[in-house]
Amino acid sequence: MKLPKALILRCAGTNCERETANAFAMAGARPELAHINELKSGRVKLLEADIFVIPGGFSYGDDVAAGRLLANELKRFVVDLRQFIRSGRPVLGVCNGFQVLVKAGFLPNNRQELQSASFTFNDSNRFEARWTHLRINTHSNCLFTKGLPEMIELPVAHAEGKFVVKTPKVLEELKRSNSIVLRYVNETGEPAGYPYNPNGSVFNIAAISNPEGNCLGLMPHPERFITRYHHPNWTRQTFHKEGVGLEMLRNAVRHVS
Amino acid sequence: MPVKTFKPEAPPPASARPAIGLRDASPAKLQDLNRRHGWSLNAAELAAICRHFRSVGREPSRAEMETIAQTWSEHCKHKTFTGEIRYREGGRTLRFGNLLRETVMEATRRLKKPWCLSVFKDNAGVVAYDQRWALAFKVETHNHPCALEPYGGASTGVGGVIRDILGVGLGAKPVLGTDVFCLCPPDGADPVEGPAPRLMLERVVAGVRDYGNRMGIPTSGGAIWFDEAFRFNPLVFCGSVGLLPRWAVRKEVRPGDVIVAVGGRTGKDGLHGATFSSSGLHGDSPSSAVQIGHAIMEKRMLDVLLKARDAKLLRSVTDCGAGGFSSAIGELGAGCGARVKLDEAKLKVQGLEPWEIWLSESQERMILACPPKNLKALLDLFDAEDVEYSLLGEFTADRRLKVEFRGETVIDLPMSFLHEGLPKRTLEAQWNPPPKVSASRIKSGSGSCSDALYALLSHWNVCSRAWVIRQYDHEVQGGAVIKALQGTAHDGPGDACVHWPHAATGEVDGFSAVAIAHGLNPNYGRLDPYAMALCCADEALRNLVSVGADVSRASFLDNFCWGNPEDPRTLGSLVRAALGCRDAALGYQVPFISGKDSLYNEYRDARGNKHSIPGTLLISAVAPVDDFRKALTLDFKAPGNAIYLVGWTAEEMGGSLYSQWRGDPLAGAVPLPYPKRARACLRLLSAAIAKGLVSACHDLSEGGLGVAAAEMAFSGEIGALLELDEVCRPKGLHSNEAVLFSESPSRFLVEVACEKEKEFLKAMKGAILARVGSTLANPVLRIKGTDGSALLEEPLAKLKEAWIRTLPLAMLERRNGAHS
Repeated sequence: MKLPKALILRCAGTNCERETANAFAMAGARPELAHINELKSGRVKLLEADIFVIPGGFSYGDDVAAGRLLANELKRFVVDLRQFIRSGRPVLGVCNGFQVLVKAGFLPNNRQELQSASFTFNDSNRFEARWTHLRINTHSNCLFTKGLPEMIELPVAHAEGKFVVKTPKVLEELKRSNSIVLRYVNETGEPAGYPYNPNGSVFNIAAISNPEGNCLGLMPHPERFITRYHHPNWTRQTFHKEGVGLEMLRNAVRHVS
Repeated sequence: MPVKTFKPEAPPPASARPAIGLRDASPAKLQDLNRRHGWSLNAAELAAICRHFRSVGREPSRAEMETIAQTWSEHCKHKTFTGEIRYREGGRTLRFGNLLRETVMEATRRLKKPWCLSVFKDNAGVVAYDQRWALAFKVETHNHPCALEPYGGASTGVGGVIRDILGVGLGAKPVLGTDVFCLCPPDGADPVEGPAPRLMLERVVAGVRDYGNRMGIPTSGGAIWFDEAFRFNPLVFCGSVGLLPRWAVRKEVRPGDVIVAVGGRTGKDGLHGATFSSSGLHGDSPSSAVQIGHAIMEKRMLDVLLKARDAKLLRSVTDCGAGGFSSAIGELGAGCGARVKLDEAKLKVQGLEPWEIWLSESQERMILACPPKNLKALLDLFDAEDVEYSLLGEFTADRRLKVEFRGETVIDLPMSFLHEGLPKRTLEAQWNPPPKVSASRIKSGSGSCSDALYALLSHWNVCSRAWVIRQYDHEVQGGAVIKALQGTAHDGPGDACVHWPHAATGEVDGFSAVAIAHGLNPNYGRLDPYAMALCCADEALRNLVSVGADVSRASFLDNFCWGNPEDPRTLGSLVRAALGCRDAALGYQVPFISGKDSLYNEYRDARGNKHSIPGTLLISAVAPVDDFRKALTLDFKAPGNAIYLVGWTAEEMGGSLYSQWRGDPLAGAVPLPYPKRARACLRLLSAAIAKGLVSACHDLSEGGLGVAAAEMAFSGEIGALLELDEVCRPKGLHSNEAVLFSESPSRFLVEVACEKEKEFLKAMKGAILARVGSTLANPVLRIKGTDGSALLEEPLAKLKEAWIRTLPLAMLERRNGAHS
């Protein structure tokens, strides 16, 4: 059987591509790293992939604003990417990749890819690397979180991760369409302030998808929790069989297999 | 008003080679030239240069003088460590022809460890990791730049050590960063002169953070030591670990290979970095010698260089650090020769003098030696990812360094003179032990043990570093299996980090990992640098054992930071530390694989007073973890388990935190490890951990048993009962303070589950250990004194609060101060 191909986009400053590729390989896909120049030159074709991933990092040094320049570059492929998403294939933007999807207008989803949300500096005004408790919206259509426990843990690491919306209406629409996939919560599952919400995101939003649920953007890093040994407390716990991040990627692979 | 149009700067004068009148200059004139140009050369060296140019019958060009000054600088040639030294201590005199070779390197040579693949010659030490992979490790200082411009200094320090890893063999992939700082405590009012301590800490951390995070290299471990003595001369050690295939360890240069410069462009930034780092600092030190880094440029270069390595396109690689092209090309071509056309270099600004292009320390540049037949493939790789390069020339067979600019030869020097013409110097060294202060003075006195425990937990050198660690992306590359912060609330102080480098090897099915740790304590060095060296080695190994690494395959790195070696007492203490390193390596059977020194860490203030740092040795250690599923954290895991203290507790309070708290830091005997005995114990414990017999392990370091027990308890939110009378100690040692806070080396506190106790004791047969207590469900730390009476009982939450708040509180004050 031919393994589904996960196309992982690189550019100057992408830095989570290798572990993302390894995680997709573990999840049963055939990862392929592609430099943005290879997409531009047509050597690599987006529509030939089964899964499209924009990994974390500091694309172009996050100059101007996090993800802004790569988002502009992505606009060159707007027709292809729109078609890719509408065909129902999984698209994943992690951390910087989420920022790119938002700034390119693919999330929150609308027909013309107009940007309606953004990211700004963490409320703490510092880079924050920590594990967060997340609550999955069980009403969401997101294919990545299917079958996962309602409460999960994943690490975040970012300085510009505070999700903000252009108008209150955008947030209402996100809620109405069940596009909010993950929210930062405390140990008991209630939305809480810093440090549970590491950046001060509006409505404690950690991840959103399109209403169809195949295009997911999230600040936490699923590729950093692919074995139980990634969890900061694995030396005390016996209940984690494997990383919940791997389960998310497996869902995507299963979807296209 | 006439409008001025902007005109590019005029090109340099037609004669690109203004000769410097050296041959007939008087010694006074020579010294004047030396000072004016900032060469940091001494009289004998100037004389040797004069002799050379007299023999060739011409004057040197500016570029030639700058090249020689850079190549012969303390920074590049390590003149003190490789020079002749006469060392006197009490009645005995020792002579060294080459201190480094006769101490640290000698130990490595005698140990003959088969896993040492490349030691003391490349940009980093290389040891075997497994059958296919080798591991490169390097830690180096960036002290002088950080003193002048902490952010730029720290970030380029990180960038520089990453390029060292990228420039080892044919290129290694950096898999983790580890950074150690020695700084002034960020409390009190900002000083009148010198950098403000709070700002210094904030900016150094920011520099490491911004460069490391952007590079996507986890900053996984490190240490911070706070001491007033580092106010003017902060120490910033930047370390990096990389992996490379074993076939890529060897490099060579052949005549005809093309010299390719890749990465950033060359500008006017960072001139004279090598030479300025080779002298003391003062109020007018040139901050223009410090560059600003550009991490994304380096990331691009890293990506393509590793591709070029895997395509086997390169014959050699090295980085442009201090001394820029001059140092990189001069060293690569030392064995054959090189011809360079400076016109080819890509510049940031026009109008640079040839010597400026040649010596510029602009960041993010590497030099490659590429066989002509591979050149096209290499350049295609660079073009595909928009990486800039320039073809500077070629390596030759004439053993000369020839540099041309605009058709004129600006440098023409024999490699032999450049690399071997440096006159040896003999330095005097003298060691006088400080007067002994009896420890009896601290036995009686006010303040209870619980006061002391709270004070030590909140002490600068113990308190939580979470404020710093959380700013570093320590999980990128997905390999942090034992993190710096551990325990139920993810904030306990781990001993070392364990990293699973699958992002470099691609082997997600393997469970082998690597652990990194450090040992540093300048307080011991104030009493005896020899003991300090042994203690640092012991601490680094203890940390490795505590996370489950295999210390029988450990390797060391040294970093010596001292004051002015021309002062015989300073040099005496340096020699003693080097002797300590040798004995530590031989005693623990752990080879040194690389190292670095930074001297002249002194500052002349406005009133002319000299401030020198205490001699500071950092020993960093790396060891493999065969199966990271057996790795350990320090937090107590469950109530009702046995607590064992491994090791012998003596009254060794000299330089201890407790003595410092009591206001007399030098009182008492300095801790002195017995490496041979300690080695056996470390290996036994290491084996017991590998068998899974231990639930938690923490080494006893600053603050001794009291601090270690508190840290293990509050990290796991599990209480503990300790009985001091059970501790293995000399007869007649009844002082609770001494047992609780002595810093005797080679000790561990370990938690053993009841059902494994028997097997644990069997595995540890031959080691000094005693069951000193047990874990409790009640979240308190309860300690019984040596006479069996209750000594203290403190709630864990309160202990943790004392430990956790020091640093954030101080940094918050700074922010409030800045806003008001």
